[in-house]
Amino acid sequence: MPSRPAADDQSLVERALGGDEEAFALLVRRYTPMLMRLARMYVPTDALAEDVVQETWVAVVRGLERFEGRSSFKTWLFRILVNRAKTRGVREHRSIPFASVGPLEEDGEGPTVDPSRFTSEGAWTSAPADWHDDPETALDSAEALRVAREAIDRLPERQKIVITLRDLEGLSSDEVRNVLDLTETNQRVLLHRARAKVRKALEDWNAS
Amino acid sequence: MSPRFPFRRRRAATGPPGGLACRELVELVTDYLEDALAPEDRARFEAHIAACDHCGAYLEQMRVTLRVVGHIDPDGLEPEVERELLDAFREWKGSGP
Repeated sequence: MPSRPAADDQSLVERALGGDEEAFALLVRRYTPMLMRLARMYVPTDALAEDVVQETWVAVVRGLERFEGRSSFKTWLFRILVNRAKTRGVREHRSIPFASVGPLEEDGEGPTVDPSRFTSEGAWTSAPADWHDDPETALDSAEALRVAREAIDRLPERQKIVITLRDLEGLSSDEVRNVLDLTETNQRVLLHRARAKVRKALEDWNAS
Repeated sequence: MSPRFPFRRRRAATGPPGGLACRELVELVTDYLEDALAPEDRARFEAHIAACDHCGAYLEQMRVTLRVVGHIDPDGLEPEVERELLDAFREWKGSGP
């Protein structure tokens, strides 16, 4: 592993614009896994997702000179991907997440914690486990990562996309809203439901 | 005359910390972490957390959850795909000014 800190996106973009192939390769390696994951949420097969990701990089190469840096490179890149993935998803007759900016009823409206955990007054009936002092720190294990990953895979598409961009990829809420054309409130509702389900999966696993 | 709602009256006096039930608080955790609560709601949230170990544990579980999710690695890229992309870059470079 290189000991130098990773070059930031902006300097890599500038070097790529100057024709530096290694800089472009670094950007490709940095972002393709996430682009694949995102694309796969819009199209039905891995092969189609790969097509979409390749198209995206080709569009990036062609459009790099026009990238003005008004948004972050990451936001710009993910927007290109999402637009292309949507187009491809429509062609494949897939129902597209975020196609309509409607209410979020398909993502559920009920409580995110099992109501039986609370008394009729709304107080906890039993304490949530203290994960902070877990001496085994089982939650840092590869097994915990697998549990979390599987929980994310089971989420409804919109929740999956939002938690992936926010918590896996580390985009800010503004960046996610920009990439997905979501309102602040809807973004937060989707994130809340997604995180609560992953927490529940970890809780079930940790208790067993 | 006896009070019509003795139960509610008693609750109002001893009600949950911050005036929030635990069941309500858990639905505000993301708003809290996103710093999206109005100042007075944030104050109520924090008053509840300060007084309620169970909700404190729940908030900590949520933070641990975020940390776990943040450690998931997206899958790697097939080498041949990367080669094709670099070819596209070379083509672009070749056709550039």
